[in-house]
Amino acid sequence: MGIAETYSRGRRLATQNPVGVVVAATAVVLTLDLLGALATGGVAVSRVGRLVWDGLMRGLVIGLAGIGLSMTYSILGFANFAHGDYTTSGAFAGWAATYLLAGLGRADVGSLLLVGAGGSVFGAQLGIGVVATPLAVLAGLLTAGAAAVVLALAVDRVVFRPLRGESGIALLITSIGVAFALRNLLQFVFGPARRGTTDAGAVPDVEIPLADGAVTVGAHDITLLVVASGLMLGVHALLQRTKLGKAMRAMSDNRDLARVTGIPTERVVTATWVIGAALTGAAGYVLVLWKGTMTFNDGWLLLLLIFAAVILGGIGSIYGAIVGGLVIGLTASLAAVWIPASFARAAAFVVMIVVLLVRPTGIFGGRSTA
Amino acid sequence: MSTTSGLVGRIADADLTYVLAMLAGVYALYLAAGLALGFDARGLLNSVAVVTFYVAVFAMLALALNLHWGYTGLFNIGVVGFMAVGIYTMALVSKPVLGSGGSAAQVGGLGLPIWVGMIAGMAAAALLGLVVALPALRLRADYLAIVTIAMSEIVRFTLLSRTFQSFGLFGRTVGLGGGSGLILDFQSPLAALVGTLGLEGAYAGLVGLVGTVVAQNPRAVVDQFVYGLLLLVFVAGFYWLLKRAGESPFGRVLKAIREDEQVAGALGKDTDRFKIKSFMLGCALMGLVGVLWFMPQGAITPNTYRPRLTFFVWIALIIGGAGSNTGSVLGGGVFAALLFQGPLYFKNLVDRAVDISNAPGSFGPAVAPLLGAGDPVPFLLYTVDSVRQLQLVLMGVVLIVLMHRRPEGLLGHREETAATVPLTRRVAGEDDEPESQATAADGGQR
Amino acid sequence: MSEGVEERATTGALGADGPADLAAEPLRVDGLEKQFGGITAVDGATFGVERGTLTGLIGPNGAGKSTTFNLVTGVHRPDAGQVTFAGEDITGMDPHRIARKGLVRTFQIARELGGMTVMENMMLAPQRQSGEALWRSVTPGLRPRVRREESDLVEQVWDTLDFFDIEHLAEEEAGGLSGGQRKLLELARALLTDPDVLLLDEPFAGVNPTLERRLLDQIHALRERGYTFLLVEHDMDLIMEQCEHVIVMHQGRILTQGSPAEVRSNEAVVEAYLGGEV
Ligand SMILES: Nc1ncnc2c1ncn2[C@@H]1O[C@H](COP(=O)(O)OP(=O)(O)OP(=O)(O)O)[C@@H](O)[C@H]1O
Ligand SMILES: [Mg+2]
Repeated sequence: MGIAETYSRGRRLATQNPVGVVVAATAVVLTLDLLGALATGGVAVSRVGRLVWDGLMRGLVIGLAGIGLSMTYSILGFANFAHGDYTTSGAFAGWAATYLLAGLGRADVGSLLLVGAGGSVFGAQLGIGVVATPLAVLAGLLTAGAAAVVLALAVDRVVFRPLRGESGIALLITSIGVAFALRNLLQFVFGPARRGTTDAGAVPDVEIPLADGAVTVGAHDITLLVVASGLMLGVHALLQRTKLGKAMRAMSDNRDLARVTGIPTERVVTATWVIGAALTGAAGYVLVLWKGTMTFNDGWLLLLLIFAAVILGGIGSIYGAIVGGLVIGLTASLAAVWIPASFARAAAFVVMIVVLLVRPTGIFGGRSTA
Repeated sequence: MSTTSGLVGRIADADLTYVLAMLAGVYALYLAAGLALGFDARGLLNSVAVVTFYVAVFAMLALALNLHWGYTGLFNIGVVGFMAVGIYTMALVSKPVLGSGGSAAQVGGLGLPIWVGMIAGMAAAALLGLVVALPALRLRADYLAIVTIAMSEIVRFTLLSRTFQSFGLFGRTVGLGGGSGLILDFQSPLAALVGTLGLEGAYAGLVGLVGTVVAQNPRAVVDQFVYGLLLLVFVAGFYWLLKRAGESPFGRVLKAIREDEQVAGALGKDTDRFKIKSFMLGCALMGLVGVLWFMPQGAITPNTYRPRLTFFVWIALIIGGAGSNTGSVLGGGVFAALLFQGPLYFKNLVDRAVDISNAPGSFGPAVAPLLGAGDPVPFLLYTVDSVRQLQLVLMGVVLIVLMHRRPEGLLGHREETAATVPLTRRVAGEDDEPESQATAADGGQR
Repeated sequence: MSEGVEERATTGALGADGPADLAAEPLRVDGLEKQFGGITAVDGATFGVERGTLTGLIGPNGAGKSTTFNLVTGVHRPDAGQVTFAGEDITGMDPHRIARKGLVRTFQIARELGGMTVMENMMLAPQRQSGEALWRSVTPGLRPRVRREESDLVEQVWDTLDFFDIEHLAEEEAGGLSGGQRKLLELARALLTDPDVLLLDEPFAGVNPTLERRLLDQIHALRERGYTFLLVEHDMDLIMEQCEHVIVMHQGRILTQGSPAEVRSNEAVVEAYLGGEV
């Protein structure tokens, strides 16, 4: 986009969208306020550095999980409220695999497969970490993706496919039922307790000095960064280079038209679930690796933030989901500079609501998948 | 005309019959369960009172949600936020002034009468509805859904935050209590009502009467029972109000908005105004249910108001069938009795037959004997013991099955005609007496 | 159907009070423009509709006729230009306010309210119903008045249904009607709003010829009493036969306008439109 075009677009936005201008102005004021506080030492630079790093990590997870939600939203035409629980399901499956590989022989198989349900085994005790047990972690990551795919396809087969022609709202309501059932089944099987999954003390890290302090970057931060960006690039390449991306774009534009023009719509739907679920399962796994703890409603708690990211970025846009994820992650993290930390998530929701009101098509809106 | 009004009468009666049959069925079920559990008179009365309470609150919530979704097509999944605002506002207004009584409460209220608090609670919920509605009502249904659920979470975060734990208002120290919640240390609402009506004597008589069958502390049982009945009166009030609102030109415009907002606009209807009115009315009612539900509980904490509660209401509405007020009442009742309370009774029943106190504490010890020695008992015990989670699984499955098999609800496809008069053609010969006929029909309305 | 019913429909169902006393040219459109993305759907349309006429708006598919309707009735906001109704600038006004002023339209693709019965659809149309205020419908002492008003409306609606030959469908859900029946419902509903000027977007598509004739007779009867109609139709013979004035649109612009005879003799029209299609 040329400068002149950007400029005229900006001017059009300003006249057509006064609220948007107010929002932009608010963002500028907040930024200036932060810079001022940093300059006068009111806020420590290293604290902001830590918040930014933390927000980046969260943002990557949200973005990664958001890609799948965004794809199913645009191609199947409904907001899938079970998406967060796909994330958790993938994570549990993945961590079961990790526990099994890391702890085989040291604890009974059942306890390992149940990720230490009922306090039978602990991640720290098994010494789990990306450096200490790289193979177990890699296998867990792959299992998480695969399990989420299997789950998503099975649910689609049984629950969503029979409703294919129904309205997006009917599907949305149904997905709430799926979310309820899945989440509580997970609790039934794996128990309600939050458990530690890694040997957090033994994970190597480096202190990066920053002005008045330091930002700690651990091996699991790096793992998250590498896995998330790698998968994002992979999906990008996949959808750019193959016919699949084109078919998806066509379908999200007009499903009926896509069908009559001979696009195998059911195959595209399957591909959508496969890609989306694999990413969201992986996101769930690395989130747990990074946080070092997990419980049955992690994904559900993440879901609204994922929605926020997807809407912010524009439904159907993969870059939108990634950028939206980063914006939401950073907002939820950095908000603590201005407001009490208990409102950090609220701040992210407010950003989403404002976007919905000001520009419901999102930042990358209008242009669909990839 | 007599034939048509007879027909209308029959339909209205049929609706009443459905509701009464539902209640009778629920009571029969609970009494039977109670007898099987060996409850004494106290236990039986109690179980009926408790189920009445939940049937009533879910019926009211489903009715209010039906106004939003069934009539106007507004996809509100922030129900619980409006309930929370209702009860918290009521608490703020009606809690005694800090330090005035012997209460251990950390924060006080404004010390105003309970009914003032109830009205304030409804007003606050309606106001929050307006704040959400003004910008958001033009959004697509799924976007409105996400905005409302996010709003309800923002409400919860606000209630949880230390920032508003306690603050000054009109010179009083009040607050939302933060994560530990609020102690509702105002007078018992029932006692207040009985007092206002000057019925203390009669009430004491009733307590005495029940005392003949319930030995210890009959007052608690009577209180619970009477409160349940009072809530049924509120259900009737909700029904009356929403039926009249729905079966009128107002309700007709709401339905038109649900079907195609642009058409309603092209026919000269100010759709935004109608949507705002409908939304605010429904929110006020949700706020009122929040008050009625939690007011007698002694204390409230923010984490009660999680989105899960909203979805309960949705399941109730889908069971009954969106669009029908009678269906909403039935759905609320069926949900409360079978899905919300039922599993706990089932657990108690099983507990009575076999001792489940030695059920395994987690899934592993529960399945190991099954897989190893083929012994299913520990697993079954664990299953029964985990009824609180499994009941939510069941609700999810019920919702899915309903959306597949019966999206139009229990009563099947059913619409309540949106008009104050029957839309049938007047029989020739009666043309000359439209006025008297209209009044007669109105007077004859149930 | 008896003559009597028809008579009642013309006098009773439709504004016994007659149209408001409008200017000689109740509807005027000046330099209207609308772009969708890169497409210019309407490009400087200027025309007027005279009181008591049946004016035809024709043009090939995609000429911008429906978009013009949308701009006039407030569904879309024009990028430029002005719409004047009864001497008042109504550009960019909300659709419901325009409709209340007496400028009512029908949609090209019939937009029935599918989940409501035909009768409910029709009962929605009459303007200024006191029961649309929630409190009047709900408050015990006030509801009887709403009921009386509704009883009278019911009769009026039945007469209109009779006229349109859809009285047997009164209790049906509108979503179950056939395409032609939906068109009839839409037209009947629009008439029940008692408009002064009606914009009809292909009202006869899918309607049987006998009924079409009757509707046209009705339109003429109303027109003679001062009501004004702007009609989009692809049936060239119908337009040439029935309209006093014809406006031809092509690629968003007004190609020409005038009497049917004038339009027919215009070479540009013949080339752009008539030549290909007739
Ligand atoms: N909402 C819209 N968004 C984008 N483009 C639109 C929209 N409405 C109309 N258009 C475009 O504007 C142009 C004019 O369309 P319009 O519907 O006004 O034509 P018309 O004269 O009514 O045609 P027809 O005889 O087929 O009904 C077309 O190219 C159409 O694709
Ligand atoms: Mg058209």
